[in-house]
Amino acid sequence: MVTTPHDPGSAHLDGNVLAGPLRELFAVDMTSARTECVGCGQRAAVAELETYLGGPGVVARCPGCHAAVLRYVRTPSTAYLDLRGTLTMTVPMPAGGAES
Amino acid sequence: MRWQLARLVDAHPETATARTLTLELDSWPGALPGQHVDLRLTAEDGYSTQRSYSLAEVGDSGRVRLTIQRLADGEVSPFLADELAIGDEIELRGPVGGWFVWDPADTDPVLLVAGGSGVVPLMAMLRARRSSDSKAPFRLVYSVRQQADVYYAEELGEIAATGRDVETVIVYSRVAPPGIARSAQRVMAADLQAPGWEAGNGPRCYVCGSTGFVESVTQALVHLGHDPQRIRTERFGPSGG
Repeated sequence: MVTTPHDPGSAHLDGNVLAGPLRELFAVDMTSARTECVGCGQRAAVAELETYLGGPGVVARCPGCHAAVLRYVRTPSTAYLDLRGTLTMTVPMPAGGAES
Repeated sequence: MRWQLARLVDAHPETATARTLTLELDSWPGALPGQHVDLRLTAEDGYSTQRSYSLAEVGDSGRVRLTIQRLADGEVSPFLADELAIGDEIELRGPVGGWFVWDPADTDPVLLVAGGSGVVPLMAMLRARRSSDSKAPFRLVYSVRQQADVYYAEELGEIAATGRDVETVIVYSRVAPPGIARSAQRVMAADLQAPGWEAGNGPRCYVCGSTGFVESVTQALVHLGHDPQRIRTERFGPSGG
């Protein structure tokens, strides 16, 4: 299945696909982190967010109310992470702490 | 986590539209089955694009395996499925992901449900079970359109024939081969029920396929009484293009 970049009806994937991009910023896996949606309060793992890849960046939406909880854009020199839709993020930490 | 160069050391066709690649890495920490790697291609003019692929085999020996489904209009997959040649190098980052993974130390029963190329990370789990001393009961329900689309056919048959407490079932959604009583249709609730892997047995469920497939199977599992907290999902789609 292939969708064109700006097809508004394009199917979403899920936040598993954010594992690599977020691992570039954080010392631990963030797809297991649980987000709490500002809009509806639903908690979901980042891996469970409805994730849209079609635009210049990534938009990940709450599986409950579809509000954008995480936006991410990467340019060659800068990463923009917009978390205004996320109230809290609970991150499981590996025993012994994060690796570098 | 840095990009590193991975060298193609083996490649073989899996089906008419998919190819399995074995890549060798200088530094590989090992991985959990279900994890991915990101691959990055850069054109001569500097244009660069990356895709996330599930590991088909986690590669404790410094070699990892991926199976790439060629998407007709894809930007990356036709290159990986057709053109990348033995000895060529490609940029790879990983392993990444910690949600859709199976821990070989976990003894709970496991129900794997695959749609099409979604079988890849579930195959990594089956292979990891086999290469560990895990006795966790495993059942794979693998939905394909037709027989020619089955990945890892020989190995799946072997796993089912020789493994204890491992079942693999292939269901056909478009064309069933001769001798198969089940009519060709999508995965139904009845396909997901088997003694040992019922909701009451509390299996961990891993569902991987297209978004529509994952959502319909997840709904069916919840309807059968499976705890949503024990269902982990991964949607495959155009990002794999």
